[in-house]
Amino acid sequence: MTLIFGLITGTLFGVFLQQAEAIRFERQVGAMRLVDMTIVKYMLTTIVVGSIGIYLLRDLGMVEFAPRAFSLGLQVVGGLLFGIGWAIIGYCPGTSIGALAEGRVGVIWPILGMLLGGIIFAFLYPAVQTYIAPIGAFGRLSVADLLGVSHWVVIAFLAVAAGALFRFFEKKGL
Amino acid sequence: MKFETHHKPYIFGALSGLLLTLSVAVAGQFFGTSTTFPRAASGLVQLLGVDMSQIEFYTVGNGSNTLASFPNWQLLFVIGIGVGAFISSRLSGTFKVEKLPPMWVSRFGDSTRTRVAFSLVGGSLAMIGARMAGGCPSGHGVSGVSQLGLSSLLALAMFFVGGIVTARVLYKGGAA
Repeated sequence: MTLIFGLITGTLFGVFLQQAEAIRFERQVGAMRLVDMTIVKYMLTTIVVGSIGIYLLRDLGMVEFAPRAFSLGLQVVGGLLFGIGWAIIGYCPGTSIGALAEGRVGVIWPILGMLLGGIIFAFLYPAVQTYIAPIGAFGRLSVADLLGVSHWVVIAFLAVAAGALFRFFEKKGL
Repeated sequence: MKFETHHKPYIFGALSGLLLTLSVAVAGQFFGTSTTFPRAASGLVQLLGVDMSQIEFYTVGNGSNTLASFPNWQLLFVIGIGVGAFISSRLSGTFKVEKLPPMWVSRFGDSTRTRVAFSLVGGSLAMIGARMAGGCPSGHGVSGVSQLGLSSLLALAMFFVGGIVTARVLYKGGAA
């Protein structure tokens, strides 16, 4: 059943990503060149709606979750490396599969690169765990925990900030 | 229903947020895609007859980074993205066979060899970075930031910092 849910959820996500054009090379690199904010609009809207949804579920006692563990070293070094690679290939892992499915066959090279990276990472893993992971490691921390406020305050701030950004993007035609 | 093109990212973004909520409620699963790549890659290495089963990365979490974890929710989710994008592009007439992205060609030319070289280096960096950071734009960006995770917020910010600086260097800041 879990597998069927995965397939259905993925299929719907694929339709939404394709309709929003978030899987296009031009949209992804366009965002990084600061000329086309399509993927930022898409992502931020997903995050605002998603955060309201999942925290509502949690407050109703229907689900439990904890954010991924925080490590300054892992997220800064890993995040920057990802960003550099992302700008070069113009796709991220999920969107690459969608791009292939809408006929952008050139994405096969970045996909091969990412598979290669998966193998390289296996060899780097022990060193990463030993030297980078302990730098500024604080466990599963949410922004609300850190600030000592209700998660709804953070979500409200997120929604207002996203709204202001959207207005700015639309005004500038980005 | 007819809506303007510039509303699309908001409408489909909101639908994706609802989908995430439903997925968490029904299946207990948050979105994520990047771990599927090292898992699949471990299978390719096995096919070549190389035994890497003793490497620490493949022994942690009872082999959760290896092919042994297939089939799982995330693999089907990733396959689903392909199925959905195919159906959607076919039905909307946006399916197009394209060898290289036009924006890439206008900057770097149409040499396949150049694109392959950049793709292998860039793809490797992206996947090493994603696995190091603990997620990609779907796992950290969408799922993690929705949980208001400090780690995910930092990772997402770094994705864009690295991406914007690199794009500026690669495309010399010029407009499309």
